[in-house]
Amino acid sequence: MASAFWRSLTLPAVAAAASSAAAGATLFSLRPRPTLAFADDEALHPPHINWPHSSYLASFDAAAIRRGYEVYRNVCSSCHSMNRIAFRNLVGVAFTEEEVKEMAEDIEVEDGPNEEGLMFSRPGRLSDILPAPYPNEEAARYANNGALPPDLSLIVKARHGAENYLWALLTGYRDAPQGINVREGLYYNPYFPGGQIAMARALYDGAVEYEDGTDATTSQMAKDVSTFLAWASEPEHDQRKKMGLEWIGAFSILFFFMLYMKRFKWSLYKTRRLEFR
Amino acid sequence: MRLLKRPILSIVNNHLIDYPTPINIHYAWNFGFLASICLIIQILTGIFLAMHYTPHVDLAFASIEHIMRDVNYGWLLRYIHSNGASMFFIVVYVHIFRGLYFSSYTKPRQWVWVIGVIIFLLMIITAFIGYVLPWGQMSLWGATVITNLVSAVPLVGDSIVTWLWGGFSVDNATLNRFFSLHYLLPFIITAASLIHLAVLHQDGSGNPLGIDSNVDKISMFPYFIYKDLLGLLVFIIFFSLFIYFSPNALGHPDNYIEANPMVTPAHIVPEWYFLPFYAILRSIPHKLGGVVAMISAILVLALLPWIHGTEIRSSRFRPVYRFLYWTMISCCLILGWIGGMPVEDPFVLIGQIASVYYFFYFLFILPLLGKIEKFLLEFE
Repeated sequence: MASAFWRSLTLPAVAAAASSAAAGATLFSLRPRPTLAFADDEALHPPHINWPHSSYLASFDAAAIRRGYEVYRNVCSSCHSMNRIAFRNLVGVAFTEEEVKEMAEDIEVEDGPNEEGLMFSRPGRLSDILPAPYPNEEAARYANNGALPPDLSLIVKARHGAENYLWALLTGYRDAPQGINVREGLYYNPYFPGGQIAMARALYDGAVEYEDGTDATTSQMAKDVSTFLAWASEPEHDQRKKMGLEWIGAFSILFFFMLYMKRFKWSLYKTRRLEFR
Repeated sequence: MRLLKRPILSIVNNHLIDYPTPINIHYAWNFGFLASICLIIQILTGIFLAMHYTPHVDLAFASIEHIMRDVNYGWLLRYIHSNGASMFFIVVYVHIFRGLYFSSYTKPRQWVWVIGVIIFLLMIITAFIGYVLPWGQMSLWGATVITNLVSAVPLVGDSIVTWLWGGFSVDNATLNRFFSLHYLLPFIITAASLIHLAVLHQDGSGNPLGIDSNVDKISMFPYFIYKDLLGLLVFIIFFSLFIYFSPNALGHPDNYIEANPMVTPAHIVPEWYFLPFYAILRSIPHKLGGVVAMISAILVLALLPWIHGTEIRSSRFRPVYRFLYWTMISCCLILGWIGGMPVEDPFVLIGQIASVYYFFYFLFILPLLGKIEKFLLEFE
């Protein structure tokens, strides 16, 4: 009697499940489109680019980091600092120690105080951070129409879209469409939240001359500097993925041993027969 | 093995080795063990991170970057700890929903469940406080939004907030005390977990059939130790995918921007594991009401042993409940989705409907269903 009643409940339950699935599908079709989610600071979503390092088992392209550093030093570094990157970080990544020492010695660093209590200048060392263009935030704002060029050490991790966003932003400058008034001192860039950015287009074909002879087109430079900045944000990237491969490989092997052990230990109980008399 | 009969060591024996366990508990019962592993991982990595971290507004963000860049395997420690929090919540959510599916909260295990809800509350506070420590933009603004909720308390709310902050905004004093509390609370969670376990072992685990567990029990070692370790290996592999291949997938990019009280982020979003509760909070267009609803959403779970009105435990024998259970899961997923969306139509309305359903489910549907099932059981 009771079980018949239970069975009669099955149909309404299935009907209810179906209607809730239908409701779920409706809700899903109403799901936010990306632009809707950022409605109050509208920006175009950057295209997804297949970076040489984006695959699970890929390392950074060292030559691209090297070229990217050239772009940073010759173009970006006139406004943007990289406070968390020291010369020593570049060693073994894209440059040899001698090359980096030479680069470091080219700059003057204020040090001190010395025994007489005076500050003095000395050539840079491996342990010095990359030189910043401005002494402080106020100077940076004053030189840039009130806008503050962000430090680039973490920029890839600190932006939605990461490298894709940087590449799209650097190559995305264009004339504003009709009907959009770009404010004085700003530039139109659809990838920047709000569409108006204080940074002028910085990369033009041939803006740097690559030492390895690569053609310095805008998109090439944008790609290289984005790779360099991705490395700066995640210097542990290559080691991390390699460790991940080792770690997951080791635990996968352990898993099969453990699976055998578990089944071995349980075999007696799994094959027992209960008799009720 | 005579050693294991000695005082203190006999506790290990009685609870981990010879402990009688129902033979039929399946892999959903691994998650309690996994939660304890998560707690141990968080405490160990946390202790080592604290050796390199500086709880000062000018230095906290820099010290995190120092850990990431200059400390040997510091990035690994930090990524284990930050993703570990997410893993802990995944494990605990599965653990809770296993309890809901098999009605593990029914007598005689009602106090195990209530202590579990307390542990969950402590975890929420600990995780929230921990997210403030890196002192990124989301840390600062998340802390500002959430601590401000206390100001909804009538009359003394503002004074309490000032007292919590140790000043007139989230600042150095707040960061310092949050660091201290973030170190303290995990040990309170450990104590609560041991009580959770001690009370559980009074009557033993439930089982997927929801019948008397004493019918057929076997020793914890080797059977369930091996079974738990097998689950642990799967968990470690899942965990590793996040740590090594997308360590920031569960975080927010804004937290890699140093905290700046002068700049408010466009969207202030809590960590993913808080989103359902955040959605309930924002669904109520009244500050105090929202806070009360959010806290009730957690506390209502503690009432379940007394809401449950039938003798049957397992969903295997409760077809109607089984269906309703999945509506509850959908409701929580919808709330989680709404929690990450801006406060606009249609999200507000969907969130409000889901919030109402959440409470309606626990306070009305479940008691009614219990009455119906009881009636049917006694019906001849």
